[in-house]
Formats: sequence, structure tokens, C-alpha cells
Amino acid sequence: MSIFGKDEVAMQKFSATLPLPEFDEDNFNRPKSLQFAKVAIVTTAALYRTGRDGFKLGDSDFHYETFSRLARDLKLGHHSVNFDRGGFAADINVVYPIDRLEELLEEGVIGDVADNHYSFAGNQPATLSEIRLDSGPSCAREMIKEDVDIVLLTGT
Amino acid sequence: MCTLAHIFEAAGLSSVVLTPMRDIAERMRVPRALYTAFPVGRPLGKPRDKTFQSEVLKAAFCLLEAPKGPIISEFPERISSDDAEPLLCSLPPRVSTNLHPAVDEAQALRAAYDRAFRKTRRTSVGMQIVAEEVPEAIEKFLKIAEGIDWSEAGFSAESIYGTAHDIRSYYEEICCELAEGEIGAWATEEWFYDTTAAGQVILQARRTMRDKNVAQSIWFGLAPAGRE
Repeated sequence: MSIFGKDEVAMQKFSATLPLPEFDEDNFNRPKSLQFAKVAIVTTAALYRTGRDGFKLGDSDFHYETFSRLARDLKLGHHSVNFDRGGFAADINVVYPIDRLEELLEEGVIGDVADNHYSFAGNQPATLSEIRLDSGPSCAREMIKEDVDIVLLTGT
Repeated sequence: MCTLAHIFEAAGLSSVVLTPMRDIAERMRVPRALYTAFPVGRPLGKPRDKTFQSEVLKAAFCLLEAPKGPIISEFPERISSDDAEPLLCSLPPRVSTNLHPAVDEAQALRAAYDRAFRKTRRTSVGMQIVAEEVPEAIEKFLKIAEGIDWSEAGFSAESIYGTAHDIRSYYEEICCELAEGEIGAWATEEWFYDTTAAGQVILQARRTMRDKNVAQSIWFGLAPAGRE
């Protein structure tokens, strides 16, 4: 038997069976020019700072974590055994590319790096109702309050 | 991720998703997505490779110039375990021959774990146990491998998964500290289960539980699906 996470065909078969939410319309906003835009990272890797409660195994928690652009003491709260965990163990930027954003800011490629970045747990209840109605819009409001223009989304 | 992208766009933000699952991005009509054929768990592809990670980001940000969406593009480089250089990560020689090799191994590796932590100031160990409890936790899995019931070995249904998770995290973080060269796709996973005595003990314990008809929900998640 192949190892699930490494088997692209098995992964595709699995993803094809997943029920997915539908959205009534195509949401699409053109941002300001990248060199003037403020960028935030939102990850569904369930990252959290050392000392925080973070994300617990087996919960269907829909809260999100907020951490400053200076934070690097991050733990990987996505507990699945079926993804390649070694990349994050070696370098947080492979999941949460905060240092790369800082470099792109220095190069003048982006306008600014947000002071705050956010993390959700990817193992949401099937309805996704909490994230659609509660935590997702709440996170969006926080970013808008901080004048974020562009959100980079990563997962594990 | 795709759901959040829709929510953020609906709120007035612009978003771009890095995803290894193109079909989901397409089915959900995500506003902008860069499809990256990288192992799950590595959205930026290569750890410790600033140039590669920056190229991925720049490819993603190029999508922001598109006048309309949904739009998906594909990063031109693929990453798989077949392409990786073999991981060079030596294990310590036996120190205390009166201990089981897996317990001795875990104890001998502690200095490397501490060194890694001092460098990075972070660890993903701690879901159930802390680093100093790893040798004792391996002893519990050893008992299961030898036929003792998992609950008599000292686990609850809640604690066994988290303990296996922490042992693997302990080893993978050590591997990243000790390994020479790049950390290739799936390299630490393969090193842990194929090379280390601790990985072998967990796999043996899992097989024993399966063969004793323990509920699948207890043993299945102790190692990746498909691992024997």
C-alpha cells in the first residue's frame, strides 16, 4: 500500500470526494499596486505561539490565533500524520513565509508587511458555518482595521 | 483556505492562495490560486531556500495583476521525494546497553534536541508530553509492541495519539538539526520510520494493536496511512 500523503493519485481521489461549500458569486477585488500594498499572511496550518493554548486535538474549534510580525516561536498545531512535517521543523517560512515578506518589503516589491498575521485550524466542521459567519469575517475586519490590502493564504 | 479567500474578498480584501490541490481550488472557484505541486505541508516548497521561496511568492503575487478571476496558475517546478538527495543524518552509537535501543537512542539524541531548540526557540513537541518524557513514552509503546494492552501500558484514547505525535516531532526536529544538506520532501518522515529505533517501535506497536483488533480509531493515526 502506498503512503497516503505521498500518493498524488490517492490524494486526488480523496479530494474529489470532499463536499465543498458553494458561494453565490465570484468574489474578486483588484488590489492597489503591489509596491504600495500591505500584505498579511493567513495560514490554516493551526500555528500558534509557544505558551498559548493553540488548537487541541479532536476539537472542531473555529477560533483563530493572531501573532505579530515579530513572532517566530511558532508551534505547528495541525496534528495530522499524513503531511510532510519536516519542512516546518526545518524552517517556518516553508509554511509561514514571514521572513520572505520582510525581504520583499526591503526590496520594494511590496508596500508593507502587516503588524499582525493569523492562523486557523484546517479541520473545520463540514458546514464551515462558523468560519463563514463568525471567525472568517472577524479576521477580515481585523485586517481591514489595519489597512491590509492583500492576504496570502497558506496551509499544510 | 479557499473558503477564507472567498470571505476575505467579500469583505473587500484581495487574496491569493497557495495550494497543492488544484481540483479543490477549481471546484470552489477560488479568486486567485497558485497551484504548487509540492508535498502537502510545504506550501513554499523548499525549507531553508530563500531564493526558491521568494520565487513562489512572486509567482503568487503575479496573479494580483489579473483583471478578473477566478484565476489559477501553476508554479513551473514540481517537488517530490523521488527528486530529493538522500538525507544524511547519523544516529548516535549505543550508550546504555542495558536499555532498549529505542530508549537509549532517544536519550542520546536529547542534546541535539536541546541544541536545536536553543537555535530556533521553538518546538512542536508538547501536544501531550515534553521532550524529557520521550524515552519513557517510547517504553510505553515498546510494551504495546510486546503485547501488553495499550491502556495497561499507560495510555488513554486521548493521550496515545498526541504522544506518538510528540515523539515524531522530537525526532524530526533533531533530524533537521543533525542532517547535512537539504531537507528533501518527506525526508524526515522516512528517516524517522525507516531508520530510527523509535519509529520502528511505534510501527510495531501499531501493527500489534491492529492484529489484536483494537479499535481502528485508537491505532490508525499513530503513523501515516499506508505505513506498515
